[in-house]
Amino acid sequence: MKYVDEFRDRDKAGALRREIAAVTASIGPVRPIQIMEVCGGHTHAIFRYGLEAMLPDMVELVHGPGCPVCVLPTGRVDDCIAIAERPEVILTTFGDAMRVPGSRGSLLQAKANGADIRMVYSPTDALALARQHPDREVVFFGLGFETTMPSTALTVLEAERDGIGNFSVFCNHITIVPTIKAILESPDLRIDGFVGPGHVSMVIGTAPYQFIARQYRKPLVVSGFEPLDVLQSVWMVLRQIAEGRAEIENQYARVVASGGNAAAQRAIGRVYEPREFFEWRGLGSIDYSGVRFRDAYSRFDAERRFAVPGVRIADPQACQCGEVLKGALKPHQCRVFGTACTPETPMGALMVSSEGACAAYYRYAAKAA
Amino acid sequence: MTTVTLSHGGGGKAMKDLIAQVFVAAFDNPLLAPLDDQARMPMALLAEYGDRLAMTTDSFVVDPLEFAGGDIGKLAVCGTINDLAVGGAVPLYLSCAAIIEEGLPIDLLHRIARSIAAAARQAGVQIVTGDTKVVQRGACDRLFLTTTGIGVIRAGVSLGAHRAQPGDAVLVNGVLGDHGAAILAARGDLALDAPIDSDCAALHGLIDALLAEAPGTRFMRDATRGGIATVLNEIAIAANCGIELDECDVPLREAVKGFCEILGLDPLYLANEGRLVAIVPDAEADRALAAMRAHPLGAGACRIGCVTTRRPRQVVMHTVLGGQRIVDMLVGDQLPRIC
Repeated sequence: MKYVDEFRDRDKAGALRREIAAVTASIGPVRPIQIMEVCGGHTHAIFRYGLEAMLPDMVELVHGPGCPVCVLPTGRVDDCIAIAERPEVILTTFGDAMRVPGSRGSLLQAKANGADIRMVYSPTDALALARQHPDREVVFFGLGFETTMPSTALTVLEAERDGIGNFSVFCNHITIVPTIKAILESPDLRIDGFVGPGHVSMVIGTAPYQFIARQYRKPLVVSGFEPLDVLQSVWMVLRQIAEGRAEIENQYARVVASGGNAAAQRAIGRVYEPREFFEWRGLGSIDYSGVRFRDAYSRFDAERRFAVPGVRIADPQACQCGEVLKGALKPHQCRVFGTACTPETPMGALMVSSEGACAAYYRYAAKAA
Repeated sequence: MTTVTLSHGGGGKAMKDLIAQVFVAAFDNPLLAPLDDQARMPMALLAEYGDRLAMTTDSFVVDPLEFAGGDIGKLAVCGTINDLAVGGAVPLYLSCAAIIEEGLPIDLLHRIARSIAAAARQAGVQIVTGDTKVVQRGACDRLFLTTTGIGVIRAGVSLGAHRAQPGDAVLVNGVLGDHGAAILAARGDLALDAPIDSDCAALHGLIDALLAEAPGTRFMRDATRGGIATVLNEIAIAANCGIELDECDVPLREAVKGFCEILGLDPLYLANEGRLVAIVPDAEADRALAAMRAHPLGAGACRIGCVTTRRPRQVVMHTVLGGQRIVDMLVGDQLPRIC
C-alpha cells in the first residue's frame, strides 16, 4: 500500500534500532528509562509490530491511559446501558466499546437482552440513523480524546442546522492535557519521557504540551502511528535525555501543524465546555479532564434528555490499574493479574480492551508459563 | 404468490408445491426423487471410495444472503464439502435443511436453491434429502441453511492436528481474508465500496491434487471463522508445538489490506471460505505447493511459516518490521477500533 508500506520498512527499522541502542548506551542508565506512550493507537502499533522486543533492555515502554475505551468507568457504562434499555432508544457506539464491563454487564450483554444497540463507524452514521427513524431516539455513545471530539461536535452542529430532533449524544469525551498532568503530579511517578498522540495534536497542536517540558522537565515527542514513527519518536525522546534537554518535539510534522486545526478547535469550543471533574477507570477523578455540552446544546445531551442514574461506582479495591498506568508496576505485578482479572472477565481498565497492556501481557505470560 | 408465508410451512399443499417447485426442481437427482423420509445409498458404492465414512454438519446464517462471489446457498454446499475434504474424504452426499422466515421473496429462494444446485453439481455431490420449515417474522433472519455431508475417506489417509511435527511447513492455498472482507463490505453499513469477492469454493479437487503429491501431509483445515490465526492456534495446541509465521509471507490482496487498515481489523482473523491451511513435511512442501499452484483454486499457494519446538502452543509472527508478536485466539469477535 502506497504511503503505508514506506513507514513499515524493515531496513529503516533496523537502522533506527541501532541508533536507539547507541543513544541508550551513551546515556548509560542505572535503571530502565521509562517512556510512556499516552495513546492507545500507539500501544496497538507497539504490540502489532512487536516493537518492545526491538528496544534495548534498559528502555521500557509504559502503556498510558490513552485508550478511551479502557478508561471508561463502570458507572458511565451503567448509565449508557440505562439509556440503551429505554424502548424508544437506538444506541449507537464504536465497536470496541461493546465489551467494556459495567456493574451489570457490558453493552454486548445489554444487546443480547434486547436493547437496540448498533455499531457505527462515525457519529454521522448515527445521525443518518436518526434521519431514517424519526419515530425513535438515536443516541450516540460519544467517546474519545480531542481526536474524535470534533467529529461529534460537527455532527451535533449538523443536527442543529437540519433540525433533527431525535438525535443526542451520551458525551464521554475526555481531554489529554489534564490527564498527563495528573500522571506527572502523582507521587510514584517514574516516567522519563512521553510519546505524545499525533492525532490529538492534529487537532490541538503542540503548544498545550509546553508545560510538560517547562514545569516538569520531561521530553515529549508528538508521534505518528506507523511503526517507524513510533521507533523514531522513542529515539527522539532518548536523544533529548542524552543531551539533557526537555522539549516538545514534533515527529509527525507531515500531519501535525504546531497550531493544530483551527476549524476543529472552533467546533470544540462552540459545542463543549469542561466538566469540573471526570471519573477515569484506574485513575480516579481528574479535574477538568472531561467535557459536556454547553447549555445552548443541551437538547443534544443524552444525559439531560434521559436523566441517567449517574451512580459513581468505585474501581474494585484489589485492582491496581492506576499503578500500572503510571509505570509503577508491570502488569503481571498487579495482585489480581491473571487470577480475578483476565481478558474473559476483565476487572480493570487495562484488561478490558485487547489493546490494554494487561490483556497483552496476559496472553504472553499465560502461554509462556 | 411472491413471498413465503406461514402456509408454506403448514405441511399441506402449499408446502409440497414450494418444495417441489423450488428445491426438488433445482436439486433433481435419482436419490432425492422418491421424496421418502430418508435417502438410501448403496454401501457397495461407498466402499469403492475408501474404508471409512466421514460425516459433518454445519449451519449457515450469513447476512447478507447474497454477496460478491457467492451467496448462502453456495456457502452451505462448499463449507460442508470442505469440512469433509480437509479430513481426506471424498464428498458424496449432502442434506439441506432450510429455515425460512415468512416474507422471504420466493424469487430469492429460487436463486439460492439454484445456487445450491449449481455448487453441488460443480462439486460432483448430490443433495439427497432435505427439510423445509417456515417460521414467524422475527423468529429467524430471512433464511438459515443447514447442510450435513457424507463422504468416504480413502484407505491409508490419516490426518490429524496432533501429527504436526517441528520442521513441518505451514502452507495456504491463496490470499487470505477475502470472504470476511467481502461480507463486511456487502453489509453496506461501512460506506466502503471494496472490490473484494468472497473466496467461497469447494476445495476437494485441490486437496486431491495436494495429497497425491504430498502423501505425508499431516493435517489440513479450512480457515473459516476466526481466520488462519485461530486454525494455527488450534494446531499449535493439538501438536504441543510452536508455529512461527513471517508477516512478509502472509498473502493478502491489496484491497483487503486497505480494508483492514481503515477499519482497524487484523486480516489473520478474517473468515475464509475457500482457503485451507496445510501442515506438510518440509521434504514434501515444494511438491505440495507446485500441485496446489497447478490447480485453479491454488494459484496463490505459498508457504507462510513452519512448526517449531520453540514456544510450544504459541503462534508467533515475525513482523514486517523485524519485531515479533504473539498471534493469539480471540476471546470473541473482532471489533473495529476507535483509536
